Amino acid sequence: MTFPLRLTLNGQAREIVLDDPRVTLLDLLRERLGLTGAKKGCDRGQCGACTVLVDGRRINSCLTLAASLDGAEILTIEGLADGDRLHPVQAAFIAHDGFQCGFCTPGQIMSAVGLIREGQAGTDPERIREGMSGNLCRCGAYAGILEAVREASHDAADRTEQREDAA
Amino acid sequence: MTATSTPASNLPAGAIRHGSSIGQPLTRRDGPLKVTGQARFSADNLPPGTLHAALCVARIAKGRVTGLDVAAAEAHPGVVAVMRPGNAPTLAKDPDAKDGPFTFRLDLLQNDRVRYANQPIAVVIAETLEAATEGARLLAPTYAAETPRIGLDAGEAFTPDSVGVGAPPAESEGDIEAGLAAASRTIAATYETPAQYHNAMEPHAALAQWDGDRLTLHMPTQALAMSQGRLAGLFGINPDDIHIESPYLGGGFGSKGVPAGPQVLACMAARLVGRPVKLVPTRTQMYGPMGHRGPTRQTLRLGADAAGKLTALDHHILTASSSFDDFFEPAGRATSTLYASPAIAIRHEAVRLDTGTPLFMRAPGEATGSVALESALDEMAHELGMDPLEFRLANYAEVEPLTGKPFSSKALRECYRRGAEAFGWAGRPLQPRQTRDSDGFLVGTGMGTATFPALIFEGLARAEIRADGSGTVELGAIDMGQGSWTALAQIAADGLGIGMDALTFRMGSSDLPNAGIAGGSGHTATAGGAIHAAAGDVIRQLADLATNDPASPLYGAGNAGVTAAEGRLTRRDDPGRSEAFTEILKRAGRSSIEGQGKAGADPAAQATYAMHAHGAVFAEVKVDPDLGQIRVSRLTGAFAAGRVINPRLVQSQYYGGMIWGLSFALHERAEMDPRTGRFLNDNLAEYHVPVNADVPAMEAILVHEDDAVVNALGVKGVGEIGITGTVGAIANAIWHATGVRVREMPITLDKLLG
Amino acid sequence: MKRFDYIRPASVPEAVAAGQQPDTAYLAAGTNLVDLMKGGVTAPARIVDITRLPGLSSIERLPDGATRVGALVRNSDLAHDAAFEKTYPMVAEALLAGASAQLRNAATVGGNLMQRTRCPYFTDAVSPCNKRAPGSGCAALGHATRIHAVEGWSEHCIATHPSDFCVPLAALDAVVEIAGPDGAREVPLTAFHHLPGDHPERETDLRPGELITALRLPPEAAAFQGRARYLKVRDRTSYAFAVVSAAAALTLEADGTIGRARLALGGLALKPWRVAEAEAALAGQAPSPEAYAKAAAAALAGAKPSGEANAFKIELARRVAVRALTLAAAGTPARIPALPASPFGIV
Repeated sequence: MTFPLRLTLNGQAREIVLDDPRVTLLDLLRERLGLTGAKKGCDRGQCGACTVLVDGRRINSCLTLAASLDGAEILTIEGLADGDRLHPVQAAFIAHDGFQCGFCTPGQIMSAVGLIREGQAGTDPERIREGMSGNLCRCGAYAGILEAVREASHDAADRTEQREDAA
Repeated sequence: MTATSTPASNLPAGAIRHGSSIGQPLTRRDGPLKVTGQARFSADNLPPGTLHAALCVARIAKGRVTGLDVAAAEAHPGVVAVMRPGNAPTLAKDPDAKDGPFTFRLDLLQNDRVRYANQPIAVVIAETLEAATEGARLLAPTYAAETPRIGLDAGEAFTPDSVGVGAPPAESEGDIEAGLAAASRTIAATYETPAQYHNAMEPHAALAQWDGDRLTLHMPTQALAMSQGRLAGLFGINPDDIHIESPYLGGGFGSKGVPAGPQVLACMAARLVGRPVKLVPTRTQMYGPMGHRGPTRQTLRLGADAAGKLTALDHHILTASSSFDDFFEPAGRATSTLYASPAIAIRHEAVRLDTGTPLFMRAPGEATGSVALESALDEMAHELGMDPLEFRLANYAEVEPLTGKPFSSKALRECYRRGAEAFGWAGRPLQPRQTRDSDGFLVGTGMGTATFPALIFEGLARAEIRADGSGTVELGAIDMGQGSWTALAQIAADGLGIGMDALTFRMGSSDLPNAGIAGGSGHTATAGGAIHAAAGDVIRQLADLATNDPASPLYGAGNAGVTAAEGRLTRRDDPGRSEAFTEILKRAGRSSIEGQGKAGADPAAQATYAMHAHGAVFAEVKVDPDLGQIRVSRLTGAFAAGRVINPRLVQSQYYGGMIWGLSFALHERAEMDPRTGRFLNDNLAEYHVPVNADVPAMEAILVHEDDAVVNALGVKGVGEIGITGTVGAIANAIWHATGVRVREMPITLDKLLG
Repeated sequence: MKRFDYIRPASVPEAVAAGQQPDTAYLAAGTNLVDLMKGGVTAPARIVDITRLPGLSSIERLPDGATRVGALVRNSDLAHDAAFEKTYPMVAEALLAGASAQLRNAATVGGNLMQRTRCPYFTDAVSPCNKRAPGSGCAALGHATRIHAVEGWSEHCIATHPSDFCVPLAALDAVVEIAGPDGAREVPLTAFHHLPGDHPERETDLRPGELITALRLPPEAAAFQGRARYLKVRDRTSYAFAVVSAAAALTLEADGTIGRARLALGGLALKPWRVAEAEAALAGQAPSPEAYAKAAAAALAGAKPSGEANAFKIELARRVAVRALTLAAAGTPARIPALPASPFGIV
């Protein structure tokens, strides 16, 4: 039995034929499509290293069966930068040393992008801390992560304002 | 020793250049790869034809495996092989044979014995990860189980031959009983710390591929050459025929210091099936064969005179190792160095339990020991009616207490002063449960002293300058998050006297010179020292060429008479006379100059000096007076650790260590069912480590410290010290907030309900 | 994970037909089911993917003032629905206090009701567990931990239900709407989860093939919107299951006395713990620490530890109840606090 999947993956239309319904989105990305940016830290929705955006929302790809995603739009860390130009969240993570080993980082960054899109936290440090609490960082880079997300949220708010002014 | 301080928090944008790479707060050179998902960790590799392997692990803690349903697993579509005792490749060496303190016994499917829960008992190899995982489940093992020994009370205490890596189990100076008898105040208290698991975010993956008797291995390791040696012994091959790639580690914290059993099993599986095999243990499977921090029960007896001087400091430790191997948490280490007392005694005892073997875990010994020591100091200060910081200053060790050696440098007083000032320690009430914030939460503050030895291991490096003025430095160094890709490159650029742009820097591969183990907070000293020496070798050769060449403006200076910077050699006595590397090499007709360098401990310095990093950590906590829930609201640390290569990275290391301290104080505890030896929380949902919301506003102050003795670069380690003062500081702050002294870590809300 | 047949029905009746086959599980987001399948705790032969079923993803205000929430509404969407948050603030707060943002973005309303216990002897897939393997015994009984029950447990099972969401739902008399082979029916949430009794394996009121289609908050639930809070005590500031939690809601009469009161507690039993006597004790009383303490005492009157390690939860639950009532009486905050339901989240 096979399962045809149509996905928009990092902006590209993809047709995938799955031979096994057990494949999670994370394992599809990592082991079958060569997109190894999303990481497997726990495989049980307990660490957030596998965070990607599905239809614009951050989710744990390790708990999502790929077969259930037919038609979905998926954004992974590989699709975030604009060519060589880093996404503002990526740049802010470097500037604020928001990582050490870098293993949880793709998940942290995708989670931060999702958080900013959700628009609930703004630049309030406490709301950002809470909103980023689904991403464990064992190295303890939380202070830098907070600052990076604050800066990127601030910039995102500025851009929104500019767009509104222009409109 | 000078003592001015450089606050690294709020690093200014484009911070001041120091005229060299060292000292600059450069951002991570591996940053762009890591934020784009391009940094290739071991499990991110998938050569063509790779098979996936999954572990089947024991669900008993002691006994034998009596059955595996191999047929069921083999019948599952996609399963290629089931590796188990009987068909597992034979090894050239008994994996239980010990040939050094860094050789740990491994369970490699050589028999049906089970020595701990989650021990690998079979490996299923399949075309897909899904098939391998289900194949492992289908094995449905049966067992002959025996009653396991779980918990510190389950075994008979004995004195181990050594603790940590080769340290004596007992040390003493002076007469404890006399000191206690002479004291005007005494306290005795017992503290417990639980078993903790490293839980690096990256599991101990391995992707193994054989070509005849040559092995290529993608594997995160903190020690490339040691891993080669261990694997070479097990497989009976030449270490040089083992090629290990380990460019990035997703955290190590000690757990990747030696190859873990499952990583060796991946190599065996690849040999069995003749194809590349990738094996990534599950999170749960990491609770067992990857080491852990051993549990401790520590009794402190302190005596002090009326002036607040210690008269006796007695530290007894009970810890545990596995039934089959030795690693004993050296929890007395901080006590041997931190405070002056006419009588100090440290004694370790241990029991053997049916668990995996403990291992070094971030600040092994200091982390566990300083919880007890710093809590006891706080209890004694209260007994004496003294401010805890004043009490520590009253017992400041001017020389290392047990050895009498002077310190190579010790800016701890400055750490206390700077930390206390930044935190606002002055005026703190001595009595507990005095302060509430405007929301009604109990507020308390506490402090602890941080310490960690300045270690250095053996390491080698290679350096080169080419005719175009560019350079290369390479060595088998490791970046597990501490920032080696950046900090070591800074040392390399300065050593060669070139800019970072002109430097090619390679590390993370066993093909490169052996840079030793990335552990013990000694990697910058070791690898950096080797780089410094290798680059110095190149510059010396370059200087020889120039200063012996009448055509050079440097002629006659002698090679000690020049300095290297910005791609030029310059006469010390006349900065106007200099020559570019490119000119020197061109005239000499050389395409490049290569140098070698080596680092290692200086026995004479070690015999003369005590060498440690120090720090002071201040914590503020808030506690709900009715519900007991705790939140750390502020953490301030001030640390002196010799020369700072990159303040941005050093600050991050201190933050990370302090968060580990917070985790130790409030969160971490592996729970086992004493009846079965199985874990009750071998996952990241129930084995808690801090989340972002647990981490408060933090400050790490980098206190200046010059040390001409400790090593060539004057650096001390920064990776582990952050934990050591923090646990005690938080425990003491919780007491100060609530009046409840919790002596069993972690401090959870149920212990504060009263 | 056992290999399974994957079925994606196009309608609720098709789903129900497929769901009647033995050894079948409904899949919504999978945040709990896929986790349990990975752990070998459950191994269905057939998965019926209900995520595309039409008509189950909306939030509707009904003419009578009730609100119907489709079973496939995502937790975060419900929590951030402005009208829902305003009307049922403690439900929104409980939702936002649960799990992580990623899990809330995926997890569905129906799935939340179907969450299984976190009892380690259930989740380890090998210990004796009457819930997972009826008749095998309860390994937790000899080594109860702080996660285990202090209310409503039996000698066959001492597990607790992990949901935050269900706690305020129970307090508000939410109703579960169900489609099944015999047509539609509904069950009060307070009767939806079963206490273990002699049959811990019978976890919910659902019969084979039945599917949760919606959750309904009755008209009177809206009356508490001005004074309602969820409070969750936990071991980490976020991303942790409750040690003990409470949903408290009040209405005040013109004279300042309590009109109606609702109180449900989480972390204590296999279902949200709601005691009529506790609520009755509050009605007509002036809001005061004494009144809250009396209600809390009534709520915990029958509590009994299932082991030494969880005895503290009884007194803690009393205090959590008192605090939640105090916070509720102070009025619903204008915005859900930055740390939802946290003792440190007061605004």
